[in-house]
Amino acid sequence: MPAISFQSVSKTYAGSRSGTSPFRALDDVSFDIAEGEFFGLLGPNGAGKTSLISILAGLSRASSGRVTVHGHDVQSDSAQARRKLGVVPQELVFDPFFNVREALRIQSGYFGVRNNEAWIDELLDSLGLADKANSNMRQLSGGMKRRVLVAQALVHRPPVIVLDEPTAGVDVELRQTLWQFIAKLNKQGHTVLLTTHYLEEAEALCTRIGMLKQGRMVALAETSELLKSASSNVLRFKVDRELPPALARTARVTGRIVQLPAQGALEIEQYLAAVRQAGLTVEDVEIRKADLEDVFLQVMAAERNPDALVA
Amino acid sequence: MSGWQTLFYKEVLRFWKVGFQTVAAPVLTAVLYLLIFGHVLEDKVKIYDTIGYTAFLVPGLVMMSVLQNAFANSSSSLIQSKIMGSLVFVLLTPLSHWSWFVAYVGSSVVRGVLVGFGVFLVTVGFTGVHLVAPLWILVFAVLGAALLGALGVIAGLWAEKFDQMAAFQNFLIMPMTFLSGVFYSIHSLPSFWQTVSHLNPFFYMIDGFRYGFFGLSDISPWTSLAIVGTALVVVSAIAVHLLRIGYKIRN
Repeated sequence: MPAISFQSVSKTYAGSRSGTSPFRALDDVSFDIAEGEFFGLLGPNGAGKTSLISILAGLSRASSGRVTVHGHDVQSDSAQARRKLGVVPQELVFDPFFNVREALRIQSGYFGVRNNEAWIDELLDSLGLADKANSNMRQLSGGMKRRVLVAQALVHRPPVIVLDEPTAGVDVELRQTLWQFIAKLNKQGHTVLLTTHYLEEAEALCTRIGMLKQGRMVALAETSELLKSASSNVLRFKVDRELPPALARTARVTGRIVQLPAQGALEIEQYLAAVRQAGLTVEDVEIRKADLEDVFLQVMAAERNPDALVA
Repeated sequence: MSGWQTLFYKEVLRFWKVGFQTVAAPVLTAVLYLLIFGHVLEDKVKIYDTIGYTAFLVPGLVMMSVLQNAFANSSSSLIQSKIMGSLVFVLLTPLSHWSWFVAYVGSSVVRGVLVGFGVFLVTVGFTGVHLVAPLWILVFAVLGAALLGALGVIAGLWAEKFDQMAAFQNFLIMPMTFLSGVFYSIHSLPSFWQTVSHLNPFFYMIDGFRYGFFGLSDISPWTSLAIVGTALVVVSAIAVHLLRIGYKIRN
């Protein structure tokens, strides 16, 4: 039985009274996540990631299709499904009336978990919150509040952990603390579903990756398979002026840095020749292996669904 | 504690942590009403032959405090947590709609009765104790607070902004409370306004509650009990239904 199963899930938001037309956020999305898997769900803003997670968490209802958690339907058997889920929401929300320990005790109590102090202490220690246990939520920095959100999601020891952009806008230290802890839980058998815009994190952590674009799953495969499917190399260099249009179409440009996907030495030579011919000055040339960001950009740039990537 | 008990405890803790605002302030407001209206009208208004105006006013003020604070508790908790986003912590749990209802309404009853008791304790010093039928007092206090707590749940779910909530409170709850006989007996009104008052469920809560103090009321406490009980069932059914479908909270 899969830990999470999305079966033909679609979601259409009704148009508003002010005249906006109905918006199809998810279009027939189907995939399973196995128990113990570390799954990455990627996609640009508005691709449908948060809609999918909201449906999974019971915060929103699918227009059609079915979602189960450990076999429990998130609508018809919502109580059991929610017991299995620990969700870290994307927004930095907190209850200003309570301190950290109270917030964790209360969250634990909602799930009917009693005598949970030992696990709460372990969460506080593991997430670097031990010295903030008696601080009011209002007094915490953004990063600390994010840690509390993670602790709240884990306080009832859910077998499935859902992290919706948990490292957005947080410092390096928290990222490392968080990923060490989540990786440890994953090794212990917890299933993890992660959405993130930090593709290097996804590449390092996730065993399998799904990519959403405009509500459709456009790539679904093992991380290693996705990397193999991409161009094997990337030519990276700095230029002093704009690229010729022919190159600019395929290049990834960040300021002065240009990155071009290249299959082999011949293609690299052709690129450099084209740049020289355009009269540009080239600096800091290097060739590196393609990473998940290159795959992501290729998939997102594709006009049609690249079925070859859906395994 | 089980899930609903935790939510109930959290809701009580929430208002208790700001008790100066949620308990002490309404007690002070009620005492000011008593001092001002009692001082001005004590010798000018006689409602029942044996009871002075200030003594008459006390049960009305106590019940008004019970009702307003019960409504404020559930409604403000829901609208605040909706707007701040912290309602997600409850939405992500396996708590059933019944658990939500019992916890939100139960904590509203606790706050309403607590404030009412505070108002009673302070005001009784000015008028002496009249307690003819304490059970009626308790029954109407609890039923009235539960009814307003359930109404607060509906308002809290419906309102998307603080000004919508303020409109609900100022244009519905406040007029219905003030026009329910807190400050007067409806027998002192022209017959048209007496009829209008009979359409106001708040009138029955206050009249029945006052019966427990003096053994005197504008209508039979049994009639009031039946009407308040029916109103509670209807309002609760609506609140439970809205919680079950996740009205405005589960997209």
